[in-house]
Amino acid sequence: MPAPIRLRELIRTIRTARTQAEEREMIQKECAAIRSSFREEDNTYRCRNVAKLLYMHMLGYPAHFGQLECLKLIASQKFTDKRIGYLGAMLLLDERQDVHLLMTNCIKNDLNHSTQYVQGLALCTLGCMGSSEMCRDLAGEVEKLLKTSNSYLRKKAALCAVHVIRKVPELMEMFLPATKNLLNEKNHGVLHTSVVLLTEMCERSPDMLAHFRKVRQLFSSQLVPQLVRILKNLIMSGYSPEHDVSGISDPFLQVRILRLLRILGRNDDDSSEAMNDILAQVATNTETSKNVGNAILYETVLTIMDIKSESGLRVLAINILGRFLLNNDKNIRYVALTSLLKTVQTDHNAVQRHRSTIVDCLKDLDVSIKRRAMELSFALVNGNNVRGMMKELLYFLDSCEPEFKADCASGIFLAAEKYAPSKRWHIDTIMRVLTTAGSYVRDDAVPNLIQLITNSVEMHAYTVQRLYKAILGDYSQQPLVQVASWCIGEYGDLLVSGQCEEEEPIQVTEDEVLDILESVLISNMSASVTRGYALTAIMKLSTRFTCTVNRIKKVVSIYGSSIDVELQQRAVEYNALFKKYDHMRPALLERMPVMEKVTTNGPAEIVQTNGETETAVLETKPPPSGLQPANQANDLLDLLGGSDITPVIPTAPTTKPAAAGGELLDLLGDLNLTGSPVSAPAPQIAQPPFLLDGLTTQPLFNDIAAGIPSITAYNKNGLKIDFTFERSNTNPSVTVITIQASNSTELDMTDFVFQAAVPKTFQLQLLSPSSSVIPAFNSGTITQVIKVLNPQKQQLRMRIKLTYNHKGSAMQDLAEVNNFPPQSWQ
Amino acid sequence: MIKFFLMVNKQGQTRLSRYYEHVEINKRTMLEAEVIKNCLSRSKDECSFIEYKDFKLVYRQYAALFIVVGIDQTENEMAVYELIHNFVEVLDKYFSRVSELDVSFSGSEIHCY
Repeated sequence: MPAPIRLRELIRTIRTARTQAEEREMIQKECAAIRSSFREEDNTYRCRNVAKLLYMHMLGYPAHFGQLECLKLIASQKFTDKRIGYLGAMLLLDERQDVHLLMTNCIKNDLNHSTQYVQGLALCTLGCMGSSEMCRDLAGEVEKLLKTSNSYLRKKAALCAVHVIRKVPELMEMFLPATKNLLNEKNHGVLHTSVVLLTEMCERSPDMLAHFRKVRQLFSSQLVPQLVRILKNLIMSGYSPEHDVSGISDPFLQVRILRLLRILGRNDDDSSEAMNDILAQVATNTETSKNVGNAILYETVLTIMDIKSESGLRVLAINILGRFLLNNDKNIRYVALTSLLKTVQTDHNAVQRHRSTIVDCLKDLDVSIKRRAMELSFALVNGNNVRGMMKELLYFLDSCEPEFKADCASGIFLAAEKYAPSKRWHIDTIMRVLTTAGSYVRDDAVPNLIQLITNSVEMHAYTVQRLYKAILGDYSQQPLVQVASWCIGEYGDLLVSGQCEEEEPIQVTEDEVLDILESVLISNMSASVTRGYALTAIMKLSTRFTCTVNRIKKVVSIYGSSIDVELQQRAVEYNALFKKYDHMRPALLERMPVMEKVTTNGPAEIVQTNGETETAVLETKPPPSGLQPANQANDLLDLLGGSDITPVIPTAPTTKPAAAGGELLDLLGDLNLTGSPVSAPAPQIAQPPFLLDGLTTQPLFNDIAAGIPSITAYNKNGLKIDFTFERSNTNPSVTVITIQASNSTELDMTDFVFQAAVPKTFQLQLLSPSSSVIPAFNSGTITQVIKVLNPQKQQLRMRIKLTYNHKGSAMQDLAEVNNFPPQSWQ
Repeated sequence: MIKFFLMVNKQGQTRLSRYYEHVEINKRTMLEAEVIKNCLSRSKDECSFIEYKDFKLVYRQYAALFIVVGIDQTENEMAVYELIHNFVEVLDKYFSRVSELDVSFSGSEIHCY
């Protein structure tokens, strides 16, 4: 068999390959040759073959069949073999392969070898890929080597110890005594690796950290002073050709020491004090013309910010960062922005001084710098500078990459909310964001904006006018269109009447407004949600506009057969509103009241029903999208709901149409709202912060009309029911009746259920009773509240049905109540 | 902590790779390709630190060869930047005027460093 080719030949051949396929072919051929050579157990050429295998491994081809060969090489006596063998082990093996354990013995022998280079190889390999078992076995040897006087070995042993500690943290104590003398070395290599070892120990174990900080030892052997001394020597000493990098002596060691000082000084006053001087010295003396100096300064700044340094030092640090920002080198600016971001929380004022430079960085070409500058700018916005900053940020929003726009927009909204100097400015800013980055705005911003707009009552006209102008030109940006349609729907009358104070009022006719809303509906660019908004807006305008009601009716009826289910449902319900419930339409579509800020998407408040099962769940708003329009006996638009801000939690309304139908609609307290037609924004996405609330947030119970006499509605078989009345001053068609049921017999009445029905022109709401047991001997009563809506002011009549258990038997009675006093319904 | 150390040329061929954390072999080529793509798309005006997935890349270009080091958040980026330069200077001394060919042909020696 001819001698296998050298590695260089192989590389040369592979380089001549012109395509990937050719290269693969060559490699496969060579792999086959190598494999057969391995099978022949050829000692002389094994080294060469493994070297080639490693090269192929680096290119990405599988090379696992060489693992055992590496082991054989390690076991050989020749240094070149050992070298390739260990290299192969480092690259090909790790603790996932079982084979690696076979190496342990080899390494152990080599650690005690006479030649330091072999020992060095073994240490390197152990430090690179040693598994926990190997580390445990060999830690003793490593520790022994840590104490030798040979600096070459000492530094390698220190690095190996770092790996051992990482793998097996329990062995840390073993290395502790050896570390005592490590820092007394002159050799920078040993110093460097010892500092790494100490850093690793301090990071891993708080006990170690405390140990190293302690004052107990002799002053000269304390860690912090030792480090300070070494650092001082490095800075003060003259030119040393061995360690010089661009005029600075061993910057790598300096950086390591600074890092260790940082860990030691964190949260520890004594240590921090001991290092104050040296940090100041490093900060002032280091040359900043080259990158090396800047690297050291950067590490110094990080250390100063992290330990408990005095304020003068901190100001010095921030000034250094400010100087970095002015530097032309991008790397330095990036690094400065990163550190400023970390410190802006603690040293806010100091960072403010550099605000203008930071804002300039927004215009930089580099993506990473822009991102950092943006985050930092948001952190720096406060009440004083908000106008100026916002201008810059809006300009930035215009010109930045799309990946930034969402974050920038949200940041601007947050900042504007916190620091807006005036409502008009706030709204202007929001409009600007919506028009420039409208499609990147997050979904939850839309309800927040709407809520903000409703709260600034005096700006309604101005807002709606501006929004109208904005979507006139372009209605493709969904969040903008959603907010605009909502506002036009709410405040369309202000728009048409042209009453804007802040700006030049524009002349808009009702038809033009409807035109724009219709085009939103028709447009292909509108999302389903947006269309929903638009349709609802059109509907609302039917009460605000006077001459175009027919047009609105037409539009609404067209969408009654739309393919989109949501739109279709809305249209059908609105149609029903026009036909059957026209009298309620104005009340339903009234202006929204000012909302409180709802910060969380909480579920609807469900009032407990106190054990009543038949009178169904009260005060819950069923889903707007659950019910068919007004055909059943149960669904009446219950306007007396009075429940507040409710998002869409579908609570299945338990509808129980009572058997007794007739012309009296038996309403039995089921609050089935037919889909609250004015249930606004996106019921499927974010929480609609409000539902139909126009009417009934007024507390009804507090307005008491002067003394309406109470009546006894029923008195039979020991059961007496009294009615007391209240009328709301704010809403004269509502009467609130409180019933009190008392029991004059000797036995309790249990499972008491009170049901009531009223004629068609009325509406009734039954709230939950206080209990279902009426105790005997008039010792207690059940109270229940009934609300009656009487828009046509007809005479109140009521049929009541009582069921209860008494003396062991179930009783039931029907009665009619006609003796309502005139004041209760007129 | 340094995660990996790569020397890749402009065509995407890896001249030297050293991983200090275990990465599957098939993922390595993908990683190298993506990393070099990121570095190639940077212009001269942009800084040498790129944020990539959950670590940072520090890269430096020498003629047609990119040296890329992947580090995590605790490292001083500028110190690593210096380290790269130091490494190249050492190679320069060892090979007396190192070039890409030297790097390709003597991978094993460089590894030992």
